[in-house]
Amino acid sequence: MAANLPVHSQVQGDIGATEPRTEHDEHLHHDEHHEQSFISKYIFSTDHKIIAKQFLITGIFWAIMGGALSSLFRIQLGWPEATMDWLQPVLGKWVEGGKLNPEFYLALVTMHGTIMVFFVLTAGLSGTFSNFLIPLQVGARDMASGFMNMLSYWFFFVSGLVMFLSLFLETGPAAAGWTIYPPLSALPQAIPGSGAGMTMWLVSMALFIISQLLGGVNYITTVINLRTRGMSMSKLPLTIWAFFLTAVLGLLSFPVLFSAALLLIFDRSFGTSFFLSDIYIAGQALNNTGGSPILFQHLFWFLGHPEVYIVIMPAMGMVSEILATNARKPIFGYRAMIGSLLGISVLAFVVWAHHMFVTGMNPFLGSVFMFLTLIIAVPSGVKVFNWLATLWRGNIRFTSAMLFSIGFVSLFIAGGLTGIVLGNAALDIQMHNTYFVVAHFHLVMGSSAFFGLFAGVYHWFPKMFGRMMDEKLGYIHFWLTFIGVYLVFMPMHYVGIAGFPRRYYAWTGFDSFSQFADLNKFISAAAIFAFLGQFVFIFNFFYSIFRGRRATENPWRSSTLEWTTPVVPGHGNWPGAIPAVYRWPYDYSKPGAAEDFIPQNVPFSETKSSNMPNEREQD
Amino acid sequence: MHSSETLTDKEPGTGVHPLRMLLILIIVSIIMMFAAFTSGYIVRREEGNWLEFDLPSGLLINTVVIALSSASMQWAWFSARKDNVRQVQIGMLITFALGLIFLVGQWNVWGDLVANKVYFGGTDSNPSGSFTYVLMGVHAFHLITGLVFLVITLGRSLQYKVHSRQMLAISNCTIYWHFLGGLWLYLYLFLLLNH
Repeated sequence: MAANLPVHSQVQGDIGATEPRTEHDEHLHHDEHHEQSFISKYIFSTDHKIIAKQFLITGIFWAIMGGALSSLFRIQLGWPEATMDWLQPVLGKWVEGGKLNPEFYLALVTMHGTIMVFFVLTAGLSGTFSNFLIPLQVGARDMASGFMNMLSYWFFFVSGLVMFLSLFLETGPAAAGWTIYPPLSALPQAIPGSGAGMTMWLVSMALFIISQLLGGVNYITTVINLRTRGMSMSKLPLTIWAFFLTAVLGLLSFPVLFSAALLLIFDRSFGTSFFLSDIYIAGQALNNTGGSPILFQHLFWFLGHPEVYIVIMPAMGMVSEILATNARKPIFGYRAMIGSLLGISVLAFVVWAHHMFVTGMNPFLGSVFMFLTLIIAVPSGVKVFNWLATLWRGNIRFTSAMLFSIGFVSLFIAGGLTGIVLGNAALDIQMHNTYFVVAHFHLVMGSSAFFGLFAGVYHWFPKMFGRMMDEKLGYIHFWLTFIGVYLVFMPMHYVGIAGFPRRYYAWTGFDSFSQFADLNKFISAAAIFAFLGQFVFIFNFFYSIFRGRRATENPWRSSTLEWTTPVVPGHGNWPGAIPAVYRWPYDYSKPGAAEDFIPQNVPFSETKSSNMPNEREQD
Repeated sequence: MHSSETLTDKEPGTGVHPLRMLLILIIVSIIMMFAAFTSGYIVRREEGNWLEFDLPSGLLINTVVIALSSASMQWAWFSARKDNVRQVQIGMLITFALGLIFLVGQWNVWGDLVANKVYFGGTDSNPSGSFTYVLMGVHAFHLITGLVFLVITLGRSLQYKVHSRQMLAISNCTIYWHFLGGLWLYLYLFLLLNH
C-alpha cells in the first residue's frame, strides 16, 4: 500500500488548477498545528463529523418534541371523557374547562407530522448519516464544500427555530395537516391555525428546503468526485448508494415543494388565486376566482411521495451494512440491492397521484398510477428477500444495532404489505383518510426509518464519540420499542378498516365507532409506553458520550473505510494518506482468509490464500 | 473540500471539478423549480377561466439585452483564455451593466402589465397574470444571484486570479450566466406560446 503523501499536481478536471501548488502544501502543515477556537470547532464548524453530530442532536430534540405532541393527542383519543386540567401548566389556554381545545388538537397532529417527517426523519436521519458516513466511507477528507455544508445545518437550525416559535403563537401553530392542503391552509379566517402559524410554517419549510438542497448537492458531489483511488461505484458500500440516491431524490423533488409553498404564500399574503376559487366562508363570498386546489395537491405530492423514499432509503442502506457486518456474511445480492434502490428512485417520481385517488381524477389515470404503485412492491420485495438471505445461516451477533436492523426488516414487511392494499384504487377509495392509512405509513416509513436511525446510532456511535453505548440498555430499548410499536399500530389497522377517519378530535358522537373505545384506549396506552421507552435510549446516548466504555478503532470488525481511521478521527479524517481501495465492502467470512473480515483497503496480493480465481493481484 | 485534499489520489470520476459539479446540481434544482411552475401553468390553463392578454413588447427588448449580456460574458471568458486581464474585466462589467438593464426592463414590463390591467393579486387578478409575474420575479431573483456571482468573479480578476491557468471561477460564472439567459429564453418562448 502506498504510504507516501499524495503528489500535488494538476487538479483533475478540464479547467486547471484553482490554487498554486505551494499553497496546498502550506495548508497541509497549517492545519496540523492550528488550534481552532470553540466557536469555529463546535458551532460554525465546517467539519462534516461535527455537522453530523449537530444534525443528530437537533434531530433528537425534535424527536422528543414530536413524540410528546403525539402523546398529547393520544391522551385525547384514548380518554376523550377525561379532564386534562393537569396539563394546564404546560398547555395554558389550550385546555379549557379540562378539555383539550379542538383547534389545538389539529395543530398537534399537524406539528407531529411535520416535525417527524421533515425535521427528524429527513434532517435528523440523512442529515446525520450522509454527513458522517459519506466522506468516511468513500475516503475523502471532508465534503466537497464544507462551507455550504455548514450553511445547510444553520438553515435547518433557523427553520426549526421558526417552527418552534410558532408553537407559542396566540393563534397556535399551523393546523391544516402536514400536507397543508388549500383552501383550508390558505384562508386565515377558516381556522386559527391558518393564521400566523401557517405563515411561519411556510417560512420554516422554505428555509428547510434550502438547507436540504445545500446538503444534497454536497452529498452528490462528494460521492461522484471525491471517492478515493480504487473506490469505483461498484465497490461503494450500500449506505453510500442509498445516501447518494436519497440526495438525488431530494434535489429533484424539494424545489417543486418550494414552488408550491411560494405560490401558497402568494395566495395567502398577496391576494393571488393560484389555488383558490369561488369560496364562501362565514357567509361571505371571496373574490378569488380561477384557482385550482387540486393543482396544489399535484405539486405537493410530487415532492410528498419521493419524500417517503428520502426517509426510508438511508435506513435501508444502513440496515444492509449492519446486517452484513453482524451476520458475518457478504450482503446477499449486492448488485440487486443497488438495482432495487435505483428502481425505487425512478418509480418514486411516477406514483404521486396514488395519494389523490379521491380527487375525482380520471379512473383510467388512476389505474395507471395504481399499476406503477404496485410495481414498487418488486424492488421492495427484492430488498426484503436479500436481507433475509443475508441473515440465513449467518453467524449472527445480536448487537443493539443488529436487533434494530432485524426489527427494521420486520416492520418494513408488516407495513409494506398494507401498501399493496392501499395502492389499489378501488380499495384506497374505501380506506382513504382512515386509520388504516395511518397504521400503514407509520409502520412502513415512520417506525422503520426510526429503527434504521437507532441502528445507525448504535452502530456508528463508537466512531462518532470514541465510546461504546451500553448494550444492555440497548436491548431494553429495543424490546420496549419493538413491542410498543406493534402494540400501537397493529390494532390501528382494525380501527381503520372499520372506517374511523384520521385527524378527528373525538369519535364519541358516532355510534358506529364507540365500540372501539377500548381499542383506542389500548393504542394510546401503548403509544405512551413506547414513547417513555425512548428515554432509555436518550439516557444511554448522553451517558455514553461521557462515560461509555472506550471504543477501539474497529469494534465491530467491519470492512469499510471509516474503521481504518483513528478512534476519534480529527479534521481531515486520516492522519496520513487516504487509504486506497482494492475490494468490495463485504468480504466477510471469506473461505481461506486469516480473519473473518478483510477491510476494503487490503490489496489482493496480501490475501493470496483467499483470493477467488477472478481476483487478480493488482499491484 | 478539506484544504489538504488533492484530486490526484482520487478515483477517476466524471472529469468535472467538484465546484463545477455543485454548480450543475444547483442548476438542476432551479430547473426543477421552473418545471414545477410551468407545468402548473399548463395544468391550470387547461382548466379554463383563463385571462388572455398580449405580452408587452418590452419583453422582446429585454430578451435581446440578456442575449447580448451572454455574448459579452463569453467574450470575457475567451479573453481570460488569452490572459487578457483588462478585457476580462471590461467584459464582465458590460455583462453586469446589461444584467442591470435587463432587471430594470423587467420592472418596466411589470408596469406595462399593470397599465394593461393585468394584476398580480387582488380582485381583478387572474392566475394567467399572476403566473407571469411569478415566473418573471423568480427568474429575476436568480439573476440577482448571478450578478453577485459576477461581482465575486470580477473581484478575483482584480486580484489577477482569473487567467488561462485559473479558469474555474470564470467558467462557472459563464455557465451560470448562460443558464440564466437560456432560462429566460425558455420562459419568454413559453409565455409567447402559452399565454
